[in-house]
Amino acid sequence: MPRILAALAAGLLFGLGLIVSGMVNPEKVLGFLDVAGDWDPSLAFVMAAAIPVAALGFRLGGRMKAPICGIAFTPPARRQVDARLLGGAALFGIGWGLAGFCPGPALASLGFGDWQVLVFVVAMLGGMGLYHLTVGAGRGGASGTGQAVARPG
Amino acid sequence: MTQFTPYSAAAGGALIGMAAALLWVALGRIAGISGILGGLAGAPAGEHGWRLAFLAGLIGAPLLYATTLGAPEVLIAADPARLVLAGLLVGFGTRLGSGCTSGHGVCGIARLSPRSIAATGVFMATAAATVFVSRHLLGS
Repeated sequence: MPRILAALAAGLLFGLGLIVSGMVNPEKVLGFLDVAGDWDPSLAFVMAAAIPVAALGFRLGGRMKAPICGIAFTPPARRQVDARLLGGAALFGIGWGLAGFCPGPALASLGFGDWQVLVFVVAMLGGMGLYHLTVGAGRGGASGTGQAVARPG
Repeated sequence: MTQFTPYSAAAGGALIGMAAALLWVALGRIAGISGILGGLAGAPAGEHGWRLAFLAGLIGAPLLYATTLGAPEVLIAADPARLVLAGLLVGFGTRLGSGCTSGHGVCGIARLSPRSIAATGVFMATAAATVFVSRHLLGS
């Protein structure tokens, strides 16, 4: 139960942060990505504030034997910069630039009831499903190592 | 075109950082939205509850906000076909690349992960290039 409550609180904080920062508005995100237009640097300020605060949390965790209500810290298993990582990031960026939505703000915006957000989220779930049926089939979730270095994205 | 809002951006960013710090210190998990959502499929028993609780908070926060303070501005210019293509690419790409703006861009950079720094550089570049092509070359 403490795990569930902590996760719920983290989700609420995250969603509130996305709203307060204006990042739930895709037009604002596109304003940041549009470096050749009327540039809105707000997203850089969001990251510049989020990263050091998160880094404090990771440093604090580094001094603890185990998380407060968990068994072990679970950092990502993969360590290498490979074609999958870069190919996936490239495709994600194109999708992000097309509509201004990344997963967090899209889910948070569901609560405002715009049908367009629902269209995006359903397609996003479809894209995730497509991954699991194709490239991700037979992979053991997050436990994979760098075995697929040569696999093209 | 949107206004540059440095103070609210930094305040919201600090809240996002606090959420990531809380999830790490309390559960030992990375606050990566695409990983938390995508990991629901095929997650072992006992791994669903916290993911669903986090997502409930993420989706519930705007509902609470909208009912008390009013809905913030959400301007969606993309047409349905574009939203579908964008969604497919974001869903597939974040799973293939093991993360999105939160997992790589915030948590990964905070952990000084070389993978996340590389991924963030790449998705920022392809996103900016996509906006450049669509807004300035194709004019849509």
